[in-house]
Amino acid sequence: MATMISYLFLQHYWWIIVSLLASLLVFLMFVQGGQSLIFSLPENDLQKTMIVNAMGRKWEFTFTTLVTFGGAFFASFPLFYSTSFGGAYWVWMAILFSFIIQAVAYEFRSKPGNVFGKQTFDIFLFLNGSLGPFLIGVAVATFFTGSRFSLNYFNQVHWETQWYGLESLLNIRNLALGFAVLFLARINGLLYLINTIDDEDLVKNSGKKLIINSIPFLLSFLFFVISLVLSSGLTSDSTGTVTSEKLKYLHNFLQMPVVLIIFLAGVVGVLYGIGISVIKKSRNGIWFSGPGTVLAVFSLFLIAGFNNTSFYPSSYNFQSSLFIRNASSSLFTLKTMMYFSFIIPFILAYIWYAWKAINNSKITEEEMNSEEHKY
Amino acid sequence: MIDNFDMSLVDWSRAQFALTAIYHWIFVPLTLGLSFILAIMESIYVKTGNEEWKRITRFWMTLFGINFAIGIATGIILEFEFGTNWSNYSWFVGDIFGAPLAVEGILAFFLESTFVVVMFFGWSKVSKKFHLTSTWLVAVGANLSALWILVANAWMQHPVGMIFNPETARNEMVNFWAVIFNQVAVDKFLHTISSGFLLASMFVLSISSWFLIRKREQIMAKRSILIAGIFGLLSSLLVAFTGDSSARTISQVQPVKFASMEALYEGKTNAGLVAFGFLKDSDKKIGSKTVKDFAIKIEIPGLLSVLTGGDKDAYVPGLKDHIDGNVERKIMATPEKMERGKYALGVLQLYSRARMTKDKEQIESIKGIFNDKDFQTNYFRYFGYASVLSPEDVIPNVSVTFYSFHLMVMLGFIFLLIFAMALYFLFRDEIADKRWFLWIVLFSLPLPYIASELGWILTEVGRQPWIIQDLMNVSGAVSQIKTGSVITTFILFAVLFTGLLISEISIMIKQIKTGPRH
Repeated sequence: MATMISYLFLQHYWWIIVSLLASLLVFLMFVQGGQSLIFSLPENDLQKTMIVNAMGRKWEFTFTTLVTFGGAFFASFPLFYSTSFGGAYWVWMAILFSFIIQAVAYEFRSKPGNVFGKQTFDIFLFLNGSLGPFLIGVAVATFFTGSRFSLNYFNQVHWETQWYGLESLLNIRNLALGFAVLFLARINGLLYLINTIDDEDLVKNSGKKLIINSIPFLLSFLFFVISLVLSSGLTSDSTGTVTSEKLKYLHNFLQMPVVLIIFLAGVVGVLYGIGISVIKKSRNGIWFSGPGTVLAVFSLFLIAGFNNTSFYPSSYNFQSSLFIRNASSSLFTLKTMMYFSFIIPFILAYIWYAWKAINNSKITEEEMNSEEHKY
Repeated sequence: MIDNFDMSLVDWSRAQFALTAIYHWIFVPLTLGLSFILAIMESIYVKTGNEEWKRITRFWMTLFGINFAIGIATGIILEFEFGTNWSNYSWFVGDIFGAPLAVEGILAFFLESTFVVVMFFGWSKVSKKFHLTSTWLVAVGANLSALWILVANAWMQHPVGMIFNPETARNEMVNFWAVIFNQVAVDKFLHTISSGFLLASMFVLSISSWFLIRKREQIMAKRSILIAGIFGLLSSLLVAFTGDSSARTISQVQPVKFASMEALYEGKTNAGLVAFGFLKDSDKKIGSKTVKDFAIKIEIPGLLSVLTGGDKDAYVPGLKDHIDGNVERKIMATPEKMERGKYALGVLQLYSRARMTKDKEQIESIKGIFNDKDFQTNYFRYFGYASVLSPEDVIPNVSVTFYSFHLMVMLGFIFLLIFAMALYFLFRDEIADKRWFLWIVLFSLPLPYIASELGWILTEVGRQPWIIQDLMNVSGAVSQIKTGSVITTFILFAVLFTGLLISEISIMIKQIKTGPRH
């Protein structure tokens, strides 16, 4: 079998894996969404403790997915890793800082002797919850809007602005995706709380917040999607010359109808999840918005990289733009890693099993007041 | 590739990586070892049904939890810093180096992070057996995580299983098993995880000693000492055994590092192993570089030759042999390696020009050179030497490597003694009365942390000036960003990590003083 697998196939296979990890990451950022609400949603300390503990039992999944996403991207498309991380330094560093402060905040916040006080660690959670999804959204938006960099013969990156990534915050389309991801995380966070916590007042308040957060999400998401389908993208001809193609992403949707269907199914899933929670007061919205998020993000990654599209365009020098075909690892490495990737369904199965074991019972006031391990 | 010589950028980038790695390594060894100690304790609980063992397990699990999160927090930075601060490196070797990182995430991190949640929160939610399995899986996952990153690091010390592709200007993996079973990787993995087991055992031993000194929780303390004593003693022996194997491998694949570890300037047969020594300024020179020499040393005659070559007549090359060469011993001089490196670079530049002019004939002919075994083994393997300015630049800091190695080894023997004595006193039921010993154990707590960090300082400083041994030096690997940006993030990391460390120690002390709650 191994000899029959082409390089092109493996490059696309690994783009799918990376896209899958990215889409799972965006869904799992419901943890960050929940964190961003810890000052505005709860009405008392107990409610805050419940929110923190609901999110705190899942933060490792989000964190691990982020780390694995980084590792898989490095291994399968090292040129992206060296180009983007080595150039857009400040964006990635800001993302990193926001995640460093999260990891300890849960464990330290309520422990006696934490030196800086509970409030400091709650602020850490809030900062990670707000900045993390927003900045990741901005960074991913540059997959479509481009960055100013050039590569030399040795593929060494030279960033052509003095802002090293901060300039991406000046692009309104990047900001739109940043806000869309942030508000989507908050929506998923609220839906997760509604599903997991056994507290009537908190569930009711979460429902109200859901409506408030859905409006900026829809506005920023619509703005980004409309501007995306109307925008140009970079493609390359048979000689490898990179050119700009008008309505490239619209073409990608139309030329890959399956991806369009996945995208639409994802959007409908998210909207349905919000809809049944607001209108029918259902507590199962997360079961639709979660998979919907995964599908929508997955399809966006596919149109970013598939169909001979530059997934990391250089607006400074088109020829330096990164494509799946020129940024990937070698055939041998991609093939070796593919064998390891076959274990992913098994991993998803045990995650599901363990997740269910812990989530079987809802978080209650009694549990928060017990001697059990809690944050 | 060789024209990046902003040394302040290189130095700050190195400083930042060193800072984050050192902080990361304060927390990780405890996770590696304590996870197994927890699993052993919980196994006894499940087997005997004795609730005291559950209480003991949960007490140590609380301390594990405090340490675990900060280890993760500091780890994520290292992964991303390969890209942010060493982007040229990321491309040059990403085809090989990235794969273990990805496998690490897929195989190990998810195992660890999934079951750690069950371990912390599942006591009353899942069955005893499921909980115990989760605890064991956390231990396995944590140690598997260490495996893959150590494989990647071992490859930087001894690059194997790859070939350079001039078309992509990078090294590409051709033999995955060679990368995994690289002798350096095997030594490094076993040595590192066993040192983590040792550190965690010392942690449990020290805190248990404190309880005995305070005459509190005596049953818990004694039972903990029993587990930590046995686990620690076995780990210490494994550390010594793998350390010996590791040093022998270094003598073969990184002989300059090895000579620096021993501060061995002149090669010799019947070379003695320095058991103890102090270095002082001297007039001694290697090339234009003045080096330090021994003010005092205690040497075990012939042992270095025996340990590295199997008998006392084995020749152990000194730093001078590596710089000036030694025809009789078939050791190539560094200037010759520099010439060969420059030749390899010249061929690569020719290839680059041929590609620009689209000279197909020339392209094919140079590709042939790169595929030639003789070129790979006799020229391209010295590629990094093309950017070495002066032969003696390939010598790492001798004082740092010498002291870190010897202090680490000395501490290793002290730990062995402590574990043996702890078990001896415990089995004679005298440990609670040996207050002098308990105080010594308590104040020994920082020592395994120091030994562990020294091991990494030896590994990384000893490899300088290379980021990949003989193939790429640190100045060619660094990201071309502003030095000021790196200084800023360095300061931010230093402040943040120091704050978090203070907080963690304070919480730990508070939890220990509170004692077991359940």
